[in-house]
Amino acid sequence: MTSDGEIIHFDNVGLRYGTDREVLSDLTFTLYAGRFYFLTGASGAGKTSLLRLLYLAQRPSRGAIRMFGTDAITLPRAQLPVMRRRIGVVFQDFRLIEHLSAFDNVALPLRVAGHAEKDIAGPVRDILEWVGLTDRIDASPATLSGGEQQRVAIARAVIARPAMLVADEPTGNVDPDMAAKLIRLFEMLNRQGTTVVVATHDLDLLRKVPDSLIMRLDKGRLSDPTGALRYPPRKLT
Amino acid sequence: MRRSSVLGRWFTAGSRVELIPQGRMSGPMPWVIAIMVAMTAIALAAGLALGNAVSAAKAEIDGGVTVQIIEPRADVREAQAARAVEAIKTIPGVAGLRQVPQAELDALIEPWLGTGIAAATGSAIPVPALIDVRLNGPASAAQLAAIAKRVTPVAPSARIDAQSNWLRPVFDAMVSLQVLAMVIVALLAGALAAAVLLAARSALGANRDTIEIVHLLGGTDAQVARVFQRSIGYDAAGGGAVGLALAMVVILTLGRRFEGLGAGLVDSGALVWSDWLILAVVPVLATLLAMLTARLTVLHALRKML
Repeated sequence: MTSDGEIIHFDNVGLRYGTDREVLSDLTFTLYAGRFYFLTGASGAGKTSLLRLLYLAQRPSRGAIRMFGTDAITLPRAQLPVMRRRIGVVFQDFRLIEHLSAFDNVALPLRVAGHAEKDIAGPVRDILEWVGLTDRIDASPATLSGGEQQRVAIARAVIARPAMLVADEPTGNVDPDMAAKLIRLFEMLNRQGTTVVVATHDLDLLRKVPDSLIMRLDKGRLSDPTGALRYPPRKLT
Repeated sequence: MRRSSVLGRWFTAGSRVELIPQGRMSGPMPWVIAIMVAMTAIALAAGLALGNAVSAAKAEIDGGVTVQIIEPRADVREAQAARAVEAIKTIPGVAGLRQVPQAELDALIEPWLGTGIAAATGSAIPVPALIDVRLNGPASAAQLAAIAKRVTPVAPSARIDAQSNWLRPVFDAMVSLQVLAMVIVALLAGALAAAVLLAARSALGANRDTIEIVHLLGGTDAQVARVFQRSIGYDAAGGGAVGLALAMVVILTLGRRFEGLGAGLVDSGALVWSDWLILAVVPVLATLLAMLTARLTVLHALRKML
């Protein structure tokens, strides 16, 4: 993170898959620490592609990206894991590992980071309690409901206390009540200092987080309905 | 050959859950490795046995020289043989000599011609007189020439040969077989590596989603490779042990059969304890080779992913 609270900066970024036309064009914006961002846009607008750039699953075709003060374009491949550990991801389709229990799915980022087993059980139980899944700790993903799977995915994304949480349509597969609960979870996390980026096409959600900033994608180009991207908020204290 | 659930474990020590289920990774691999190890051990045992036979035979006859007195007249033959023995005794580098007794010579031809030839035909078969000479070192051309120089004047019917010359084609054939056995061992090692490579690629494809998630959560290539390497290592160790046991049964059975032949050259090819030690190392090397192949294959494949 830079001194002015900037954690992500995109400069004229474009992305194309193969030789097709660009799915993202001329993206220039900055994300700041501790903010809550909604990324909106119609289906096919490029939300998932932009999130993939944010969680380093994809490199752009052009432009520059700076993440946590480091040039993410020239970052050697060997250093990607360290950068990725600072980013929590909630996938649209959860992407839980089917043969692992809820506990082991949530423990995955800690094990990847090399934590000792004795240091894993406590935090994993705490986070599963936080998302209300204490009684489903040993359940396999196949036996969990959509909402429960989503909460396991969120728990997995935040267990390692990432600097930024990226969620792709996290409420797309759950009922409105559960969607509201999930957004409250994100808000709680955001209040603890994590930058949150939630991609959604559900405009009702935006009203549920009053201080959120909105990024709108339209055919791969970014608009700035709140002005927050063109006129960034002051440094947070 | 399904093993316990501790296989294909997590990255951290002490964890007992599987990142990638072992059943999805191994398949027929332990059996393929078992067959490869068995064939390798058998080929290696053959190579070692041939090597032992060649070494033993060479040690025995390397310094051996045979002097034949090829003379049909028995009295002349005996006289020349006696003079040749005396002449050879004076040559430097001769460790010992022995004139083969007539009774032994008769015994040599008895299986083909029978006994009582002299009584039946009135004259004995003119078998050459044989003098078996032992030199201190291998029989070189210079030493053969020195022997000829001393023997020929006193025994003009003498023919002098290094014993190793007679068996050279046999030795050459045995060495060729030994080389062939080693080539087979190398080919089997290559085939094992290829089989592991295919298995690792297949397992990578089958577990691509899991690997991608682990990557996105900050997992390193080395961590992912370690999971595959360890899993294939277990497969190789189990398969290798079974393969070695199979090979032992085959080698011991063949050994017993060859012992029954009672042929000197074959007997000298028996495996010694150091050979058994080398055979025992085969599954260990196969396991290391399989793990190394799996690691390199997985790392190579992962480098193509972001």
